Amino acid sequence: MTISHTLLALLESGPRHGYDLKRAYDEQFGQDRPLAYGQVYSTLSRLLRNGMVKVAGVESGEGPERKRYTITDAGVTDVETWLRTPENPQPYLQNTLYTKVVLALLSGRSAADVLNVQRGEHLDAMRALTKRKNGGDLADQLICDHALFHLEADLRWLELTAARLGELEKAVR
Amino acid sequence: MTGPGTPLLVGTGLHKSFGPTRALDGAALSVSAGEVLAIMGSSGSGKSTLLHCLAGIVRPDAGSIGYRGADLVGMADKERSALRRTDFGFVFQFGQLVPELSCLENVALPLRLTGARRKQAEAKATEWLARLEVDGLAKRRPGDVSGGQAQRVAVARALVTGPKVVFADEPTGALDSLNGEKVMQMLTQAARETHAAVVLVTHEPRVAAYSDREVVVRDGRTVDRELVA
Repeated sequence: MTISHTLLALLESGPRHGYDLKRAYDEQFGQDRPLAYGQVYSTLSRLLRNGMVKVAGVESGEGPERKRYTITDAGVTDVETWLRTPENPQPYLQNTLYTKVVLALLSGRSAADVLNVQRGEHLDAMRALTKRKNGGDLADQLICDHALFHLEADLRWLELTAARLGELEKAVR
Repeated sequence: MTGPGTPLLVGTGLHKSFGPTRALDGAALSVSAGEVLAIMGSSGSGKSTLLHCLAGIVRPDAGSIGYRGADLVGMADKERSALRRTDFGFVFQFGQLVPELSCLENVALPLRLTGARRKQAEAKATEWLARLEVDGLAKRRPGDVSGGQAQRVAVARALVTGPKVVFADEPTGALDSLNGEKVMQMLTQAARETHAAVVLVTHEPRVAAYSDREVVVRDGRTVDRELVA
């Protein structure tokens, strides 16, 4: 689970309150999707239960009690293992676009139109990302580049499929 | 009067064959003033031929090309050459700089060809080199600079005359991703600032993403998004 490992890894630099942890997460990774408080606290209590973090202190003052969490040795080992384990390359074998192309061919509609419209959508998304990237800092650039390269891969597939529609039509009919 | 949205360059029903090879087979497109238009397509689709026709480098076998009301196809060669020098700028994949001239002289060259004095031409060229952040290379020859730097010099040269249209044929084709991005960023930004239209031929989606709009060429025909119901 990425969020739980991310929060755990953020605790390696020192003990933090749940609120600080959320802020640190949002600052680095939450540009598009800030974490909900509920998720931070439910994740922390699970990490606490599993012995990955422990409570370093409780501050009482105005408002509710604030717990400071610190990472345990088991937590550090867990972060290390997680960082060293490669992510599964996503195979994307169940592809809606492929399904649409085949169904268009089977029903005598224009599969080229399906691909063409999709290319336009993809390029618009890439344009928006390129604008954001060029106006952004390095973090923005790297995040946008990741998305851009994935969209580009889709577009390459669209081009290849467009060039092979005749062949595909014979194969599926 | 041309402004954003006004067609500046319009090609219709363009046909062009090289011997038995049909490169263009009824291609059509229009470029508005200040617009960045990407022409996409696979190798051999006819996209470069389309660019060459629009730029007045190649004469189509059939079809018409209008540039600000003038007929580019019927125009005499001399007139077309003059138009290319004054109104058009060019950036190619590589090798377009004159190796014997310094980077500064290369950028000043289009101005010299239109009759500008050396001092004025070089002053303007210096400005453009600075704008593309390669002013440190003014005295170097193209052979002594990196591919990315040479391409920035080429962009400066394409824009130095204040063209209405910049034709860029795979301008990042010989560059790595990072240098390619930088060249695209600088080319499109400089074009927008000077209200020049850009006709950009590329097969790379990430390069096309710098455009405002794309036209796809397949088997010598253009596929416009608007044509799709």
